[in-house]
Amino acid sequence: MDTTVANTGTEGKTWGGGNEPLKASYGKMMMWFFIVSDALTFSGFLAAYGFSRFKFIGSWPIADEVFTHVPFFHGNYPMIYVAFMTFILIMSSVTMVLAVDAGHHMQKAKVTFYMFLTIIGGLIFVGSQAWEWATFIQGDYGAVQTKGGNILQLVDNEGHRVAISDIAIGAHGERVQHERKNGLWFVSEGTLPSYTVDEVYSGLVANPNVLVRTQDINAEGEKTVLSREESLKQIKNNGQLVVEGANLHVNEYGTSLFADFFFFITGFHGFHVFSGVVINIIIFFNVILGTYERRGSYEMVEKVGLYWHFVDLVWVFVFTFFYLV
Amino acid sequence: MAHAHKLEILRGLVKFKSNTQKIWGVLILLSIITAVEVVLGIYKPESLMGDFIGMKILNWIFIILTIVKAYYITWDFMHMRDETKALRRMVVWTAVFLICYLVFILLQEGGYIESVYSNGFVKRDF
Repeated sequence: MDTTVANTGTEGKTWGGGNEPLKASYGKMMMWFFIVSDALTFSGFLAAYGFSRFKFIGSWPIADEVFTHVPFFHGNYPMIYVAFMTFILIMSSVTMVLAVDAGHHMQKAKVTFYMFLTIIGGLIFVGSQAWEWATFIQGDYGAVQTKGGNILQLVDNEGHRVAISDIAIGAHGERVQHERKNGLWFVSEGTLPSYTVDEVYSGLVANPNVLVRTQDINAEGEKTVLSREESLKQIKNNGQLVVEGANLHVNEYGTSLFADFFFFITGFHGFHVFSGVVINIIIFFNVILGTYERRGSYEMVEKVGLYWHFVDLVWVFVFTFFYLV
Repeated sequence: MAHAHKLEILRGLVKFKSNTQKIWGVLILLSIITAVEVVLGIYKPESLMGDFIGMKILNWIFIILTIVKAYYITWDFMHMRDETKALRRMVVWTAVFLICYLVFILLQEGGYIESVYSNGFVKRDF
């Protein structure tokens, strides 16, 4: 391709840098090599996720039960929103490649328009991811964590989830959150859960149709539901902490490693999308200012395009391993 | 400008008239694959839940479809189809080889630790 931007003045001399066996400019090749190394970083993360998952293969959270929300709609819609996010990102990849194509034909107006659409797509995606995080952090039903770090969730006779807040019965002697001003000034404590395990236990006693569901996946691929006696026993003897939502310490949906990896990998990917949007905006303004028109080549658009497609490529894998498999 | 694009996908099964047309064609292909994945993910057909080399058949299908999608993103959106053979091999083989190696090592080890836990030699839940 004769889109080389910088000339060294040694063209034609085989050992003077004029020989281009790969027929790609320096910048484009470096972008490719960066992408290879970044791909290895991401696969390192995803492989580590796979390691932890294989390690806890019998008790890993089921993604369809974790990501069930769609903004502005109530109810249980697994996969729908994340499928929408995937489509948005693929769509913005398409507008990016259309911008690159228009750049090859030196059509400034078209490049501007398609770059603009790409940026919008990227912003929608990052916003969606922020919403997904917020929903995950917020949690929905709450759970009880055992001394061994396992998660006990509540279900009714038919297997529908029951929220902690619906059954817990308030008890006297509520523990006050320790703050710097009312205790040791050099020690602070995080927010206390809204309920204590005792309150959940008395709620469980008062609701004979509520059962405990453990993390363990049975032969049918569903989480094991305990008998009534076993449920009461588990909460009473092993319950230690009421967990609402997910963060880096606890996770109401199951093993906390799931939340750690979710935050880390989608966070790292989201950061890539964010920086991609920033780079796209810079290039967008350069296009408007006519920088590439004067340079006689829109190769910069092609290079950020490569990065942008790579972000899409990674998302395809994140989507599979977090939401589908 | 020497921008010769190769305009056929699926080994020449589908040919396009222009590069723009090819882009939309690939978008349709990727959308179909994603839709198939989502439908399978929601309904989880019973017939695909059998075990095959350590994983459910359904999971194998998801992973293969993902690799197919990755192929079309790289080849058509990132124009790998139009690059020289040497550049293509440099990028793709390096990544594929190292990733396969890493995934094999880590998954093997994860499976081993799982077996240690489940065979009861180590107690981790108190």
